[in-house]
Amino acid sequence: MSASVLSRGTADSGEATEPATPHRSPVEARRWRRVTVTLLVLVGLCAAACAAYLVFNVRGNWTYAMNLRGRQLGALVVVGVAVGVSSLVFQTVSGSRILTPGVMGFDALYAFIQTVIVFTLGAGTLQLLGVVEQFLLNAVLLAAFGMLLFRWLFRAHSRNLFVLVLVGIVLGGLFSSLSSFASRLLSPDDYLTLQAVLFASFTTVDLDLLLACAVVTVVSCLVLWPLLRRLDVIDLGRDRATSLGVDHHKVVTRVLLVVTVLVATSTALVGPMVFLGLLIANLARQLVPTHEHRVLAVGAALVGVLALVLGQFVVLHGLGLSVPLSVVINLVGGLYFLVLLVKAVRL
Amino acid sequence: MIRAQALTHSYDKGTTLVLDDVSVELQRGCVTGLIGPNGAGKSTLLSAMARLLVPDSGQVLLDDIDVLRAPAKEVARRLAVLRQDARVTARLTVVDLVRFGRFPHSQGRLTAHDHEVVQQCLDQVGMDAFRDRYLDELSGGQRQRAFVAMVLAQETEFVLLDEPLNNLDMEHAGATMQLLRRAADELGRTVIVVLHDVNVAAAFCDVIVGMRQGCVVAEGPARQVISAEGLRRVFALDIPVHEIDGRPVALHWAIGAADQV
Repeated sequence: MSASVLSRGTADSGEATEPATPHRSPVEARRWRRVTVTLLVLVGLCAAACAAYLVFNVRGNWTYAMNLRGRQLGALVVVGVAVGVSSLVFQTVSGSRILTPGVMGFDALYAFIQTVIVFTLGAGTLQLLGVVEQFLLNAVLLAAFGMLLFRWLFRAHSRNLFVLVLVGIVLGGLFSSLSSFASRLLSPDDYLTLQAVLFASFTTVDLDLLLACAVVTVVSCLVLWPLLRRLDVIDLGRDRATSLGVDHHKVVTRVLLVVTVLVATSTALVGPMVFLGLLIANLARQLVPTHEHRVLAVGAALVGVLALVLGQFVVLHGLGLSVPLSVVINLVGGLYFLVLLVKAVRL
Repeated sequence: MIRAQALTHSYDKGTTLVLDDVSVELQRGCVTGLIGPNGAGKSTLLSAMARLLVPDSGQVLLDDIDVLRAPAKEVARRLAVLRQDARVTARLTVVDLVRFGRFPHSQGRLTAHDHEVVQQCLDQVGMDAFRDRYLDELSGGQRQRAFVAMVLAQETEFVLLDEPLNNLDMEHAGATMQLLRRAADELGRTVIVVLHDVNVAAAFCDVIVGMRQGCVVAEGPARQVISAEGLRRVFALDIPVHEIDGRPVALHWAIGAADQV
């Protein structure tokens, strides 16, 4: 079903470009060429980065190295796509380029839910469940709580961007504090389980979890794809979208649901990275200057993969693993966030 | 025909009543002007008619369909609305924006016909030269014209506009009103427009609806409402009205002076 939707979509866009071209002025045609070239370059860079990640400086047993690095690369790609796409569409739905799920404290909410699950069920019960089942349980809970949170937030503060940023940061702090409070009440065994689940890094990746996350990410993207054209309209604002016959509430709800699932996926794989999405989504918007979300989403996914693979490559071979990738990304992303805030204030 | 029935709406949890049991019926093929002092409820009435706002009670009928109950897509093919807010987060060019007007018809997959309509609308508002400029590079008036082109590209029977002359200079304000007039005369569109200037309303509208404190206090042919008596009811001011070239002209800038005399 979703596969047929996808193929229909691509076939149509292929047809649409043919009669559309005569209606494009030279300036517009040039802009589109630039977008196409940028996307192709990004694809090339991603492929090169992935290849380099796999084969650079392999010593000893190749099978072992490929197995380990392949899993790491898989995680980086899945997280890059999930974070890139979810942050991009979240920005559109929230009507702001500063808000991403990470900034709104969503990763912290995931960690909090994890802690509560371990706290209530205990490590013993959790171990019976298995990694994939745990992930699914978390994803469902996160989606439910996330939807409640977003609906409340967007209704109460639909107008003021800075109130939303503030609320997000306060919520992030609140959930982190609650998590650390709850984790202090845990038995040492439970605590260790929680640590293992929460701070899974790129270096150790469970294969089953990776596969589950990959499947969930692909399905999420397929669900999202047919919504992307309507998202172009949503980007004009609520009133204009309504005037153009797009059911704002319905589309936003669906998109947010997909976003929560994608965030759950990336957080389950590598733990919270607050500013990663902000960095990727804004970079993608700058590199791919179009308002069409089908193109933007592809761009964001590519930029996400490239940023993570390159970042981890540098951390591995340049910094010798002395600094974790999440620290580097939060440092760069945090600075970028400040720049964006200062710019927005000036406006 | 578009008909508002017993619309009541209030803000701030019922403390501020902005629409007080408003019922109006606007005929097809006419240009209807909505006038009234600030806070009279003109924009709220327009928003309610265009289903941008769900009133506390009452309903809006487009011929026979209820705008709030009917499928969003179907309403969008029959009714277009332009509000005052001209801010857009997305970075769009003028032609991108106007193409959005075709969304109800093509759901984003534009046909050759859609492109033709877009081009006509760009030409009509005189924005073809700016088609590839980004909206944030335009002056307020140019942006306003781009939005008018988008609403026209929607090719709907009913066109609702909230102060479309904001930011426009004399030349473009006149041209925009003539455009709306032609849309009604030549294409049979029904245009409902909130206007600030009663003289513009008198010059271009067939019917004028005057609102005051959430109620419709005057309704009728332009000549009847734009009169000393009509304006007193709407604005509670004594405004001298003269006839120039067969059109009523209200000397509303002379009010202060008249008081001093």
